[in-house]
Amino acid sequence: MSRAALLVLADGRFPAGGHAHSGGAEAAVKAGLITGAEGLEAFCRGRLHTTGLVSAALAAAAALGVDPLSLDAAADARTPSVALRVASRKLGRQLMRAARATWPSEELDALAREFPKGAHQPVVLGLAARAAGLGAGDAAYCSAYECVSGPASAVVRLLSLDPFDATGVLARVAGEVDLVVDAAVESAVEAARGGVDVLPAASAPLLEVGAEGHAAWSVRLFAS
Amino acid sequence: MHLGHSHSHDGPSAVSADARRPDGTRRALRVGLGGPVGSGKTATVAALCQVLRAELSLAVVTNDIYTREDAEFLLREAVLPPERITAVETGACPHTAIRDDISANLEAVEDLEEEVGPLDLILVESGGDNLTATFSKGLVDAQIFVIDVAGGDDIPRKGGPGVTTADLLVVNKTDLAPYVGSDLARMAADAKAQRAALPVVFQSLRSEAGVAEVAAWVREQLAAWTV
Ligand SMILES: Nc1nc2c(ncn2[C@@H]2O[C@H](COP(=O)(O)OP(=O)(O)O)[C@@H](O)[C@H]2O)c(=O)[nH]1
Ligand SMILES: [Mg+2]
Repeated sequence: MSRAALLVLADGRFPAGGHAHSGGAEAAVKAGLITGAEGLEAFCRGRLHTTGLVSAALAAAAALGVDPLSLDAAADARTPSVALRVASRKLGRQLMRAARATWPSEELDALAREFPKGAHQPVVLGLAARAAGLGAGDAAYCSAYECVSGPASAVVRLLSLDPFDATGVLARVAGEVDLVVDAAVESAVEAARGGVDVLPAASAPLLEVGAEGHAAWSVRLFAS
Repeated sequence: MHLGHSHSHDGPSAVSADARRPDGTRRALRVGLGGPVGSGKTATVAALCQVLRAELSLAVVTNDIYTREDAEFLLREAVLPPERITAVETGACPHTAIRDDISANLEAVEDLEEEVGPLDLILVESGGDNLTATFSKGLVDAQIFVIDVAGGDDIPRKGGPGVTTADLLVVNKTDLAPYVGSDLARMAADAKAQRAALPVVFQSLRSEAGVAEVAAWVREQLAAWTV
């Protein structure tokens, strides 16, 4: 396995569609919940410990070889908002394309056949990590980091926030990313033994509500 | 870009620029239209649809900056049935969606082929943000860069990737040249200097000829594509 493969997969420029999504930040900005670096940090922290943990655990479990179909169903069950389920499948489909072209794999092909319109993004991410020869922790890191880096770069565009401040936020939550990854991997290992029901099911109701409202806006910069 | 040898060809195609559909037939020709905001890209797309829809199976993908404005204009004008027009959301960066991360556009293109295909031609419009926005070769087979005479007659001289490398440069709104003091002869000479043998069309969609020359160029591309 190549360490550098992790950098390829984690790179914000990996062409998998993330640039068009704000991870709920656009709705939060409009609602006045994010007005600067401080608000962004609080938002990232909240997202990281809720949907971030869930996504990282799903990704880690997929990387461990847990059945992707049950993981996909588990992701559905853990995502109450229809708009977020749609966004997650859209991103899963885009990531699938990039991953299959980058790390051809029978497992990715099989999941693509099963979900031609997209499996949930964290599940695809976990399988992509697996195809790249990476482990559960790597998959969880990619997922958890993306959960905060997506909103940070979106807020730079939405509020013209100083990019150095946004990057500072990412550095400040890095320690918590480590903790979330540890918890995610631990539960993924359990899921590999005892099934997907043991995976975390934390949720952030405001993100879910915000996403539903956002999906109905006629003018918006981001797809979600 | 394949790194391994085990790539399988079943399921949805994984790779963007494959010229053939999974069943082996040649897919639709994809033509990108880029250029600054307001130069007449959507108007050109609409006019092309009106001229070509009787002879070709057509679809359009739009990439707006923050609304579905272009798609909605095309729907209002009824240049094509609604199921043949798809809007891609670009996260405020159309140039990223047409060049650096083309996955959403590829999906739009594939879904159109699947839902209303087989198609002969797909026009992909970029929302237009700047003079450097060009389409990835993984997304389109040929690209048209649309500028207009009112945006300043020094744009061809300034060059840039769009003006210099597009397969076709369209200088639109020639009807406005007298009002904005643009020197068409100078624009033509500058464009020639930047583009060598690559073609340039001067058009006014307000004139009788309208989009005819661009439509003829598209037909030529299509003829070369389908042989
Ligand atoms: N006078 C004139 N106006 C034009 C011409 N082509 C387009 N327009 C107008 O220019 C404006 C911008 O056109 P549009 O196609 O929306 O530009 P886009 O932003 O490049 O898609 C619209 O009001 C069009 O009606 C032309 O050849 N002559
Ligand atoms: Mg337009």
